[in-house]
Amino acid sequence: MTTARRLVHGLSRKGHPLALSSQRRSNSTKVEPPPAGGHLPGVANSKLLRTTRDTALRTPGISWKDEVSSGLGGRETQKMNTYQAVRDAMAIALTKDETAVVFGEDVGFGGVFRCTMGLAEEFGKERVFNTPLTEQGIAGFGIGMAAMGHTAIAEIQFADYIFPAFDQLVNEAAKYRYRSGGSFDVGRLTIRTPTMAVGHGGLYHSQSPEGFFMGAAGLKVVIPRSPIQAKGLLLGSIRDPNPVIFMEPKILYRSAVEQVPIDDFELPLGKAEILVPGSDLTLVTWGTPVYHCETALHVLNSPSKELESIIPASVRSAKIELIDLRSILPWDMETIVESVNRTGRLVIVHEAGMTAGVGGEIAAEVQKRCFLKLNAPVRRVTGWDIPVGLQYEKFHIPDAIRVVDAVYAADWLSIHDRIVTSVLHGTL
Amino acid sequence: MASIARNIRAARRLPLGVRGVKTSADTTELRQSPSNDSQPFTLKLHEDSFQTYQCETPDLEVQITKGELLQMYSEMQTMRRMEMAADALYKAKLIRGFCHLAIGQEAVSVGLEHGIQKDDRVITGYRCHPFAVLRGGTIKGVLAELLGRQAGMSHGKGGSMHIFTPSFFGGNGIVGAQVPVGAGAAFAQKYKGEKNCTFALYGDGASNQGQVFEAFNMAKLWNLPTIFVCENNKYGMGTPAERSSSNTAYFTRGDKIPGLQVNGMDIIAARRAVEYARKWAVDDDKGPLLLEFVTYRYGGHSMSDPGTTYRTREEVQRMRSTQDPIRGLQRYLEEWGVATEQELKALDKEAKVVVDKAVEEAKASPEPLVKDLWSDIYFKGTEPPVMRGREREEVHRY
Repeated sequence: MTTARRLVHGLSRKGHPLALSSQRRSNSTKVEPPPAGGHLPGVANSKLLRTTRDTALRTPGISWKDEVSSGLGGRETQKMNTYQAVRDAMAIALTKDETAVVFGEDVGFGGVFRCTMGLAEEFGKERVFNTPLTEQGIAGFGIGMAAMGHTAIAEIQFADYIFPAFDQLVNEAAKYRYRSGGSFDVGRLTIRTPTMAVGHGGLYHSQSPEGFFMGAAGLKVVIPRSPIQAKGLLLGSIRDPNPVIFMEPKILYRSAVEQVPIDDFELPLGKAEILVPGSDLTLVTWGTPVYHCETALHVLNSPSKELESIIPASVRSAKIELIDLRSILPWDMETIVESVNRTGRLVIVHEAGMTAGVGGEIAAEVQKRCFLKLNAPVRRVTGWDIPVGLQYEKFHIPDAIRVVDAVYAADWLSIHDRIVTSVLHGTL
Repeated sequence: MASIARNIRAARRLPLGVRGVKTSADTTELRQSPSNDSQPFTLKLHEDSFQTYQCETPDLEVQITKGELLQMYSEMQTMRRMEMAADALYKAKLIRGFCHLAIGQEAVSVGLEHGIQKDDRVITGYRCHPFAVLRGGTIKGVLAELLGRQAGMSHGKGGSMHIFTPSFFGGNGIVGAQVPVGAGAAFAQKYKGEKNCTFALYGDGASNQGQVFEAFNMAKLWNLPTIFVCENNKYGMGTPAERSSSNTAYFTRGDKIPGLQVNGMDIIAARRAVEYARKWAVDDDKGPLLLEFVTYRYGGHSMSDPGTTYRTREEVQRMRSTQDPIRGLQRYLEEWGVATEQELKALDKEAKVVVDKAVEEAKASPEPLVKDLWSDIYFKGTEPPVMRGREREEVHRY
């Protein structure tokens, strides 16, 4: 029996995905229950976060929008979590653009996630104000303002509440420019909304609706992974001459902390970022699962004792390329395709369900463009195709172990290996 | 005059739903004879021209000039001609898709334009063609848009319902969606300190959309210069108002927003109401106001609706012959000695010539180029690298 064969058997016996994850689950509940706030152990000590001034100022793609404000030592940074970085971006937008206004449910007194803390006091209640609970109204209202050339920064309190506004966003915002032959647009509209799971959000506080907007040509959809990313991408979104839906992973508001440059800077929309370069497999994700993927890479490289037996040495040495997609629409096809052409394998991770999720779109495009370079079918690790239940949210969304499982499967159950194995054994 | 009014009162006993205002087009009285074209003279509107909800009745005495009356007549006639041309082009299968005509409702669009200022904003729903022309567009631009030609006001990419000018924020294909957009536009006006307001129009059908009430609330809460205008033509598509709305007194549906119901078949009353609303929102800074124009459409909801399955032919015929806004104004003009029948006939002829010429010009305009399908989706220069058609050859690279 070849190694590959043994592994296939081994996997079915010991490494069954369920077996694997249940092992992990029981451990995590026994040893370290997650705190009520939905704390992610992976985020706190993530190597992807830029926690020094030096690394922060060297953020790839950073584009400074003003002069150095902070004296002799060059640009300064400050320790911020994601909600503070979002607030900082809005404060800059409000300072520099006198038509900019921020509105949404409860934003006048800081917002449920504190992203607008103190903005009303600093910029006035005419510019930072509460709206009624009226998502469709908020979106339509923002569209009207933007059509008048105003910078409208609207907040939908949770991405789950964006559906009443879906009509306004898809039928009005996305199509305003096109249907008026370019004579009108709502490019100065940005809709901010907290997205993704929080650990205990349940049906209407944990959804990831980015995929629903993916077919709405005319919109842009952006999801940052960290404080620096949030600030740069949000300023980029506010100033982008197209309407942008900016989805902020809510669990990262507090858990992701970086040294964030205090000056005005933007990060590019429509560009993915290669976080970890590699040559054997491409792992594409965005938002919260970036950190599950980072943990997965760690598990693969140096598995714990329990996992050692089912992660063979050859997998441990695999060089996996981790990419943060950042923009869902338009998505950076070029970077992904270039990467998969090098690695021959692709795993996509997202929190939304699999059916008609963003991963399906990426997979279809990659299988077309990289067909002859693919060594294995594209795999997707996603949330289940069910509503997000109140219980078991942790098992609903992709976690590090499921990512490990997918990477492992893509790596070792590849078509190539199977064909070679079968030929060698005369079974094909 | 009195006898006409009596006849009209009799004609009003139709199953047309609850309404208090008159909907006849010719009950205004002359108070002072017109002298020359530009010298204003005084008219008195019929006391049933308005009904109010938490506000004062507008002054019934109206100052107007001969010149303005003739312009109103000419514009209403031209708008009707344009809509009839659209009807013919549709039936000739040159206009495809959806097309909603405002024949019968001319006093609202033309009356609105005569009561507002250039920099006020207007936004409406389906029946948008006359507004687009009156707010700075052209007949050729509207018809070419309906035909899907390059000369269209949205370069042939919008079609019916999607026609814009700098002060006209378009028709809209989603029922009621324009109403909160209008509130947002009014907020921007207020924020910028402009002495202007936004007229957000919708039909009796759209009045039951949730977002209309959301917009009411926001506009009142923030005291925005938004004039909500319900064009009540008594049928939301094929459903009579009283079968779709628990309260058909649409001018009372703004809760704390005062309302004014207006005879929408009398253009002079319409103009007066719009002036009143504008003063309310802009000069007096009293926040939003809800105007309801009681009007009537002669055609079906859209071109595919004959308009006779949910109402009788007699009803339509009766409205046409007794309450038509153009015929009503015509009668005024002749009775008051503003214009002779011959002079009005000349204006009719001129309207026909103008529209016929626009039809030919619109028809001569080419269809949009295939490459135009890919423009105006994103701001130029910020597009994704590629957008996909069906086939490899159809992929567009920016």
